[in-house]
Amino acid sequence: MLFNFKIILFLLSLLFYVPVNAESESISSMRKVELQNLLLQDCGSCHGMTMKGGLGPALTPDVLKSKSRKMITQTIAKGRSGTPMPPWNTLLTREEINWIVNALYTGIKF
Amino acid sequence: MITFKTLILPLALAVTSCAGLNENDLRGTGDLGVVIERATGSVKIIDTSNMIALKQVTGLGDLSHASVVYSRDQRYAYVFGRDGGLTKVDILKGEINKRVIQAGNSIGGAISQDGKLVAVSNYSPGGVKVFNAATLELVEAIPAIYGTCGERSKIVGLIDAPGQIFVFSLYDAAEIWLADFSRAKAKITRFKNIGIQPYDGLITPDGRYYIAGLFGEDGLALLDLWHPEKGVKRILNNYGRGTKKMPVYKMPHLEGWAMTDDYIFLPAVGRSQVLVVNRRNWKKIKTIAVHGQPVFVMARPDGRQVWVNYAYPKNDTVQVIDSESLKIVKTLHPGKAVLHMEFTPRGEQVWVSARDDKKVTVYNTATFNAITTLPMEKPSGIFFTNRAHRIGL
Repeated sequence: MLFNFKIILFLLSLLFYVPVNAESESISSMRKVELQNLLLQDCGSCHGMTMKGGLGPALTPDVLKSKSRKMITQTIAKGRSGTPMPPWNTLLTREEINWIVNALYTGIKF
Repeated sequence: MITFKTLILPLALAVTSCAGLNENDLRGTGDLGVVIERATGSVKIIDTSNMIALKQVTGLGDLSHASVVYSRDQRYAYVFGRDGGLTKVDILKGEINKRVIQAGNSIGGAISQDGKLVAVSNYSPGGVKVFNAATLELVEAIPAIYGTCGERSKIVGLIDAPGQIFVFSLYDAAEIWLADFSRAKAKITRFKNIGIQPYDGLITPDGRYYIAGLFGEDGLALLDLWHPEKGVKRILNNYGRGTKKMPVYKMPHLEGWAMTDDYIFLPAVGRSQVLVVNRRNWKKIKTIAVHGQPVFVMARPDGRQVWVNYAYPKNDTVQVIDSESLKIVKTLHPGKAVLHMEFTPRGEQVWVSARDDKKVTVYNTATFNAITTLPMEKPSGIFFTNRAHRIGL
């Protein structure tokens, strides 16, 4: 009985377990390499490989610090109408988009 | 009798040919080219006759969107980098001849009809800068100022046209400008309200028509350079993203728009289609369903085939359209992230770059067999020296 209770408690605790970087934990290291490549090379086609901008705006940590993380996340997920920025939520999971947002705010390492 | 000279000469030849590009070697450059290695800021000089890489040249900055034009003697490659760098590479010596950082952010460039001026299109600060092709000294800066508050527009679709003219489009301003350098001081002609967000431009191989693709609305902007007084007119009003705006994962490139005798092949914007248009009346003839959103749609030099590559995530594939039957005759998988294709001058080969597989594959265009593969560092654009003698390139 006690045993079952423990299991239930454990399962319940899982429901509430939302660690800060749950996103990146659920992404495999191989996928992270792919995402890094996507960010540098494909996002870089418009935003520059160093994220200093191109047809799209600059996305360096310096520029981003005055912008809300939510807005950036939304823009990547849903695109921005009136501009060439496409929605990525059809190609990337929410976790992957969050990982990319994190990488942008932290700054990209070469 | 064996002389010293007969002994030493073959030996010397063997040594120099192994060393690749040697200053003392006599050779032409008509079968040379460069491949952009975007992540490392380098280019590889390649030889299309022997299908080998001769030398890597480093130190060219951010090449995440780079393009190249050639001096008319086909010795120098002008490489336009993302970071505003303009680098003149001596492809015979395999070294940088001159390099300037001329802006904060640039997208491409062109060389004038007489080969004496190199123009660069800049995003930041928005405008065109024109340089002496020999010295890279600034000849003239053309700030792309529009509107009433002195805003500057990003420049796209910069090409050279006959008559010592550069033509370009203003992405933010919906304008096309024509800069005439046939006299000492450039004469600028502005065409306004040409359409929302021109994203790239091309000139027909005869140098007559300049066409800008529009991202913000349907249709294309057409300027007849024989009759600029007639202004810019809109063609193919049903061409574009349509009312239901489709997401575009990579901007199509128009420089490679394919023209055969009768047809122009266009990449549809946001759709998995190649459009076939009648060159005489600019009417659409057919829509060809293809593998993904096309990026480059390029005709083999003889116009018999049209090769197409695609935007992310379908960018591992290249398809070949027969320009007579207008059907896909071959689907190839050259590797991950195929970014560009370049035909040898007469089209018996096509070189295809696969960025993420770090290789360039050379295909026989008659059999579609891969002839050889060359390892490269994240290769993107491939540019052969025969571009030196083509209008608009």
